[in-house]
Amino acid sequence: MTIESFVAQLVAVALAVLGAPLLTGWVNQCRAWLQNKSAPPLLLPYRTLHKLFWKESVVAEGASPLFRGAPYIVFGAMVLACGIVPSLSTDLPLAPAADAIALVGLFALARVFMSLAAMDIGTAFGTLGARREMLIGFLAEPALLMVLFTAAFMTQSTSLASIVETIANQEFAIYPSLAFAGVAFTMVSLAENARVPVDNPATHLELTMIHEAMILEYSGRHLALIEWAASLKLFAYSCIGLAIFFPWGIAQVHDLLGLLLAAPVLVGKLALGGAALAVIETLSAKMRIFRVPEFLAGAFLLAVIGILVHFLLGA
Amino acid sequence: MTAPTDWLAIDWMLAAIAAWIAIGAIGVLRLHDFFAVARILFPLGALASLTLAAAGAAAAFDGPQTAVLPLGLPGLPFHLRLDALSAFFLILLGAASAGVSAFAAGYFRKGEGTPPGLLCLLYHLFLAGMAMVMLADDAYVFMVMWELMALASFFLVTANHVIPAIRRAGYLYLLVAHLGAIAILLCFGVLQANTGDYTFDNMRAQSLSPFWASVAFLLALFGFGAKAGILPLHIWLPEAHPAAPSPVSALMSGVMLKTAIYGLLRIGFEVLQTHLWWWGVLALAIGLVTALFGVVFAAVQTDMKRLLAYSSIENIGLLVVGIGLALLFTGYGMAALAALALTAVLYHALNHAFFKSLLFLGTGAVLHATGERNLGKLGGLLRYMPWVGWLALAGTLAAAGLPPLNGFVSEWLLLQSFLFTLGLPSTFVNNLVPVVAAGVALVAALGGYVMVKFFGVIFLGQPREPRLAQAHDAARWERAGLLWLAAGCVLLGLAPAQVIALIDPVTRVLVGDGVGARVAEHGWLFLAPVAPERASYSPLLFLLLVAASFALAFVLVRWLYHGRIRRAAPWDCGYPLLNARMQDTAEGFGQPIRQVFEPFFRIERELPSPFDKQPVYRLSATDHLWHWLYLPIARVTEAVSRVVGLLQQGRIATYLLYSFVTLLVMLILVFR
Repeated sequence: MTIESFVAQLVAVALAVLGAPLLTGWVNQCRAWLQNKSAPPLLLPYRTLHKLFWKESVVAEGASPLFRGAPYIVFGAMVLACGIVPSLSTDLPLAPAADAIALVGLFALARVFMSLAAMDIGTAFGTLGARREMLIGFLAEPALLMVLFTAAFMTQSTSLASIVETIANQEFAIYPSLAFAGVAFTMVSLAENARVPVDNPATHLELTMIHEAMILEYSGRHLALIEWAASLKLFAYSCIGLAIFFPWGIAQVHDLLGLLLAAPVLVGKLALGGAALAVIETLSAKMRIFRVPEFLAGAFLLAVIGILVHFLLGA
Repeated sequence: MTAPTDWLAIDWMLAAIAAWIAIGAIGVLRLHDFFAVARILFPLGALASLTLAAAGAAAAFDGPQTAVLPLGLPGLPFHLRLDALSAFFLILLGAASAGVSAFAAGYFRKGEGTPPGLLCLLYHLFLAGMAMVMLADDAYVFMVMWELMALASFFLVTANHVIPAIRRAGYLYLLVAHLGAIAILLCFGVLQANTGDYTFDNMRAQSLSPFWASVAFLLALFGFGAKAGILPLHIWLPEAHPAAPSPVSALMSGVMLKTAIYGLLRIGFEVLQTHLWWWGVLALAIGLVTALFGVVFAAVQTDMKRLLAYSSIENIGLLVVGIGLALLFTGYGMAALAALALTAVLYHALNHAFFKSLLFLGTGAVLHATGERNLGKLGGLLRYMPWVGWLALAGTLAAAGLPPLNGFVSEWLLLQSFLFTLGLPSTFVNNLVPVVAAGVALVAALGGYVMVKFFGVIFLGQPREPRLAQAHDAARWERAGLLWLAAGCVLLGLAPAQVIALIDPVTRVLVGDGVGARVAEHGWLFLAPVAPERASYSPLLFLLLVAASFALAFVLVRWLYHGRIRRAAPWDCGYPLLNARMQDTAEGFGQPIRQVFEPFFRIERELPSPFDKQPVYRLSATDHLWHWLYLPIARVTEAVSRVVGLLQQGRIATYLLYSFVTLLVMLILVFR
């Protein structure tokens, strides 16, 4: 553990925190292009955050401190998630604090606090959103865990850094277990990031909302933090996907050159991934809420099949 | 009597147990003296609990200590033995019951139901029975104390016996407890292998054939399973645990279930010398089914104590899964992996004792403040009961298995022990293990759902009944008990390396290996049971990083922008008639689970029609097993009893005839 690795860690976290809204902006832009709309500016999410931070926070009467603390907790959890997922380099001093299972726990922590905060005011839509979010969570969480387990069984490690190093150094081949896991991971990421087949981030109709219903009561800086945390979550999920399924280009040595090379590679991969996300969102229609458990159960089963394939074929 | 300085840990423990019995006896003498019982005797009991836990901690790292009490049958005195396994479970008992007793000091109210002195006696006999079960070193004292524990808890469950539902729950509890006790007795009979010597030492010396070892194991699994509430013997648990007064519910769920886990570990790993791999597969299957059943039913409950009782079934299921994994590894001679799985089991047992006791006590405080157990009539209590609410939040997060609290550490360890299972000799088992791991992950995630429902519906939102606004917070003694248990949840989560150092000697007793040395190698900050590059977790660092991000965001937002806030009415979506009844009820929150897991339930709906003057909606989701298994058994039993009843004519001449005929038959058999 050297000074360089600490610098790399700081750079990775700073890049994630500052760059995550850019990824959201890019996805929104791509989607608008694909849907033949005039695209919003790339930097719009930053302007929105700035605007929201300036605005006064309107808090409902009777809100408990839990309501006001939750955005900070969710934001903190997502910053840590971005810190432990190898995005630029695998030599991260923070990584031993949490492995793949703890990462899933971190997402669960954020989800539970978000749901509790949504129930705090006691409006019908808040509890509805919380219930739906937990419904998605209880299937998405084990599915994500099983995706990570597939990688963990392959590499005999749950440390994300070791997983990335082992997979990146493996002989290049199509691994059937990873293919299953990849499909499952895509489905889970769509659900967890409130994307189209499961939830619509641009909806204005309360009855169809999931994530938006939970944050109906938030405004001002609290809302800004939640939006920012959502961007960070998308960033973290993208980096998990890239790290497990496309680990090439992540620096494994802690020299400056490797980091400098890794940054543009990461930006390129994220740009492609964001465009792919926009394509998926454009091509699919939003599901009814009662279809979502089937969708996620499918993801869960695919991930389990991925593990079994690994055991049966040894690949 | 020797001077206290020469006392061994086991002597201190016996002193603590004697103190409990004495406290109970004084309670009977001061039957209606509320002040003496609540404010003096219960705190003294908590002190004895702490003594017990401290003595356990002192004995955890030493070799076994034995004692013989001149009680019991002539020629068969009570053999007691304190080894690392007993010490660990006694620490669990002492530490959890200290909090529960402190809470109980403020809980029991004047002039309600059973006299306080009687409750005090039963409560402390219950504690003494559990402690003696864990110290027992022969089958006789084990069974006597097991019965003491069962009977004391039966009378505590039926403390409020004027309510018919509680009498029914108590009867069911007694019935299943005795079925289990018979199986345990038979198990001891098999274990002593016709030597007539019922000490555990003798049982350890016997080498049973695989058949008889399997019989003993299955009997133990049945017997202890009945006490632990594993499927299909769980039926009493959701009835009996909620029926008892809340401190007793806390002890039953938090500690008494662990005596069954203790017994299973004692018999399955230490007394039995033969281990077959298929026992592990059986336990894995039963444990997973139990856990899934428990959590799915917990999600649809509308009574807060029943919800917690079902959640206990879930946790027992997870413990049995861990035991199954350890048995599997032991059967294949992989001691290091078995030690990892057992570490997870023991850690989770300790965690569950803390968070489940905490949550049950929390429901007790809510029950006292509101008189309401139905989730559909609670809500918003965090505002009126901040102490209970915030401390219960710690228990909720721990029970949901969220980092950095304690529930996560044991789930993490359990999942880790699943992950390093490559290279089991059988392909079938090799493929089974990841499937069970997937099931455990699902159960853990559903546990989060249940806990969000529990906390959200009781403590968050708006009060669903206007009178909830008069709810008062917990008093001093209750707060102390809750605080002790909540602190335990946090500390057990933040210091896993220290807890594992305590567990290490236990797994060495059970499977001859431990993870303590490897964990200690990597420092106190990181938990790395195998090697840091394979898996590591540092709850303290985790907490610090989240807290640092929290603080940094908070300071930066205030510094760069502002901290202004305005209070306003909640947004009503343009519909001004919103009220508290429009929040999700407990039924509403459980509805998705009911829909997804519909085959699990036997659902009876009563839907209103559009023409009803007073529309009624009723829905009950009950247990299939009750209808498929228990009611048929009850019907058969009744039919058999009716046939047997024909013999009983009630005339003395007939009975004399029976005796005469029996005598004749015997004589013919003998002189044939």
